[in-house]
Amino acid sequence: MSLYLFLTLAILTIISALAVVFSKNPMYSVLWLIVCFFTIAGHYVLLNAQFLAIVHLIVYAGAIMVLFLFVVMLLNLNADTEPHKSNLTKLASAIAAGLFFVVLIASMRATELGEFNLPNKTNIGFVEEVGKKLFTDFLLPFEISSVLFLSAMIGSVLLAKKEKK
Amino acid sequence: MDWALLLDKTILIVIIFAVSLGIAAYSTYGERKIAAFLQDRIGPDRAGPFGLLQPIADGIKMFTKEEIIPTASDKFLFIIGPCIFMMTALMSSAIIPWGKSFNFGGHEFSLQVADLNVGLLYLFAVVSIGGYGIMIGGWASNNKFALLGALRAASQMISYELAMGMSIVALLLINNSLSLREIVDGQAGDGNVWNVVRQPIGFLIFLICAFAECNRAPFDLPESESELIGGYHTEFSSMKLGLFLFAEYVNMFISSAIIASLYFGGYHFPGIDSLDLPQNIAAIVSIAVLFAKILFFIFFFMWVRWTLPRFRYDQLMNLGWKILIPLSIVNVLVTGAWITFFK
Repeated sequence: MSLYLFLTLAILTIISALAVVFSKNPMYSVLWLIVCFFTIAGHYVLLNAQFLAIVHLIVYAGAIMVLFLFVVMLLNLNADTEPHKSNLTKLASAIAAGLFFVVLIASMRATELGEFNLPNKTNIGFVEEVGKKLFTDFLLPFEISSVLFLSAMIGSVLLAKKEKK
Repeated sequence: MDWALLLDKTILIVIIFAVSLGIAAYSTYGERKIAAFLQDRIGPDRAGPFGLLQPIADGIKMFTKEEIIPTASDKFLFIIGPCIFMMTALMSSAIIPWGKSFNFGGHEFSLQVADLNVGLLYLFAVVSIGGYGIMIGGWASNNKFALLGALRAASQMISYELAMGMSIVALLLINNSLSLREIVDGQAGDGNVWNVVRQPIGFLIFLICAFAECNRAPFDLPESESELIGGYHTEFSSMKLGLFLFAEYVNMFISSAIIASLYFGGYHFPGIDSLDLPQNIAAIVSIAVLFAKILFFIFFFMWVRWTLPRFRYDQLMNLGWKILIPLSIVNVLVTGAWITFFK
């Protein structure tokens, strides 16, 4: 049962991710990316990580993609306004992407796949469990990332502030 | 898969679906009657006794009107926009506990579709996705008024979601749970009071944000007809316009249910346990209590709409970012300090 669910979700994820790249219209790219986030949230649910799944939806699908959509709508990007790239740029990007692909394949071949079993605890992804883990085992990374967010916020306030004349 | 459970949930979902749409339909009637009352008019009174068939007449009108899709619009997105808006409006009802469970000859029939461990967060996810319906619909119309309305809707929703989230954090600190059923039950029984008593400021913030998230006056900037014609639904006609307008009423119904559950004890009222009713009767009473609260809040939504004038756009943003968000953060800090030192 869960294998079929996984396969369905995985295929949907790949299709939507490809559609993000191949869509001519940036609006559709953004919308496909939202679909992609939904399918990834589905994977989290399959792994018993309810909290992660729902936070993923709120943060990525609900907030960040709204901003993306906002920008695309404001700039009114479409196929006509797309900048025309020279052949040299196309060649360079093809080579770069190809090299990256080679590195990816090599690293995948070198990786040894161990046995992975889902932990028996079904409540592992619940809010309480995640919270306890964050505030005990992962306290330092958690606090550091909050400082990172604070600096990001202050940075954006500084950028938005008008300069005094 | 447990077939009895599947059957239970299917029945419950169909009932909730029908009730949501029914209440939304009659909210339109109620809205017009209340508006008429506040403005010293009579309101709809032609269709049926007291105009009670008005929503049905409106529905027939919406369905049979000519459907116009602008030639320059993006047809697929133009159609899917209102669908998404309606879908998310109906989806959020899944986590609301509508009453105590029934017991049919030993078979427990729970009145909640899904008691999620992350219940409240699910609500936030659905609400934030609801904005896409407006944005996609407004953009696909290829009309500058619709686009402006859609942009306003998006920025308004993001701004008020923050304050709403922070007001919920304070509530969670007190209730220790994200599950709506546990929050509701935590407000009943000995020594427990409704959350509105324990979280008055949080409640006010939540209420204001609920108005903003529903795009209801005085926060109906996305559609303000005097400056943007109709905002995001300018180009929509026939039932697609109907879906947009109708989803607003569904949203209002669900928000009222959420406010009643989070802050006003849900299906409980003080002293419900001391009556010692049989289980099925108690379940019916609890449903009635919840719906009485919901109807009051729907009335409150309308009362405010026909009393207050619309905000200006900068006032809306100032209220959201400079007043509500700092206030909600202070509220979280005070609540946290109170729990740390006095409990």
